[in-house]
Amino acid sequence: MRFGVFRASFFQEVGALSRFTARFFREAFRPRYEWEELVRQCFVIGYKSLSLVGLTAFIMGLVMTMQLRPSMVRYGVEKMIPAMVCIAIIREIGPVITGLIFAGKIGSSIGAELGSMRVTEQIDAMEVSGTNPFKYLVVTRTLAATLMLPVLVILADAISLYGSYLGVNMYEVLSFRLFMEQVLDNLDYYDAIPAIIKTFFFGFAVGIVGCYKGYYSTKGTEGVGRSANSAVVMASVLIFILDLLAVQVAALIWKI
Amino acid sequence: MKNNEPVIEVEGLCKAFGANVVLDHFDLTLYRGENLVVLGKSGSGKSVLIKCIIGLLRPDAGRIVVLGQNVPDLTYMELDQLRARVGFLFQSNALYDSMTVRENLEFPLRRHWMNVEQNEVNDLVHKVLTSVGLAHTVDMMPAELSGGMRKRIALARTLILKPDIILYDEPTTGLDAITGMEIIELIKAVQHEYQTSALVISHDMKLARHAAERIAILLEGKCCATGTYQELSTSKDPNIRAFFD
Repeated sequence: MRFGVFRASFFQEVGALSRFTARFFREAFRPRYEWEELVRQCFVIGYKSLSLVGLTAFIMGLVMTMQLRPSMVRYGVEKMIPAMVCIAIIREIGPVITGLIFAGKIGSSIGAELGSMRVTEQIDAMEVSGTNPFKYLVVTRTLAATLMLPVLVILADAISLYGSYLGVNMYEVLSFRLFMEQVLDNLDYYDAIPAIIKTFFFGFAVGIVGCYKGYYSTKGTEGVGRSANSAVVMASVLIFILDLLAVQVAALIWKI
Repeated sequence: MKNNEPVIEVEGLCKAFGANVVLDHFDLTLYRGENLVVLGKSGSGKSVLIKCIIGLLRPDAGRIVVLGQNVPDLTYMELDQLRARVGFLFQSNALYDSMTVRENLEFPLRRHWMNVEQNEVNDLVHKVLTSVGLAHTVDMMPAELSGGMRKRIALARTLILKPDIILYDEPTTGLDAITGMEIIELIKAVQHEYQTSALVISHDMKLARHAAERIAILLEGKCCATGTYQELSTSKDPNIRAFFD
């Protein structure tokens, strides 16, 4: 019985989120376009996450290099450290970790902001002020999240590689130029392109889930907290599911 | 001030949420220049009524004619144009937290009137803030304001479009007696200065006594009586007397 209730609510949630996503596509391509708010949201979402993403990316690159070193030394292939770290970061760890941090920071922030706007009637006020709140709030935030996450991932990858370079130099002397040569010699287009493309989907997932949870928030301040929390959980799970799909699709297209 | 031209006519309005019938063939007329207070117990459907009138909720049945247009039949665009002529003061004020007072006031102006000049915007912002006695708060954030000040700013935001009708949803709820009285005086002053018609939803008898030219009683989803405060307070009907005792 309990499983039956869970299954019903799971499918209801999936259905409601699908309808919400369909409404996003209907509203996004219909005028009036909220360019000014979109640019503002891109700045807010991108800028707000930059320091956290940068810090975690730097530590990620540094720690990965330090953790990898003993095993690589044991097999006598420590020269491959830059290439290995680079491929791991660019193909998988950079997009996923940055996506999860983005979900925690931006997904929860969008969920809480829209949730509190809902319970304090600000969304209704927007509607009576001649504004389509779905366009103004949901479309702009989701698009901004979709566009900004790839930018953040590219920056995070670059910062991670710098962290890795410092990690290598803690044990031996290696010039930055040589480090980058080793990186670029082992990096191919099919390492970078699918990884960047999937981050658009990660960003979209974070934006749409955050907006969905906040937009339909109920039950006062308790509901706002719940919206923020469930936005992060759902977006994080979606990132892993999308990652799994992206690997399969990339393998099909590039035959790797 | 009041004349016999109706600005809002509600006929046979029905609204239910599942099995919970909130409005059941509700009828009401607001005349131009009139201050009409709809009294009802908490949870009796007052806010549902006012949200149906402004088009935030869709009625199950009935006609809602506002300034000559039947609200349920309007397209999104037509509803937007109508809303520019009908102000709505929310119970929770609904000021945008992330915007300053000036931005809050400019928001409806810029959304409804696309090509308004900055000088004109500044003049209007100053005028409405002066009307509510809070010209000095123009660059403050809503979080820095007291409950009464937020209510005044919300009213100023409503006034900036120079509406024909203002809908007030529980304007004195959550305010202390003195601030509540100030808001009541402000509602009367606004009606006088801007020549608006007002539909006020409340359970506050002090508001009904001081601000209402006419009162409608909402009971069990129906409009069970209308009249002046004097007429209704001397009614023999125990359901109506219960509001005044």
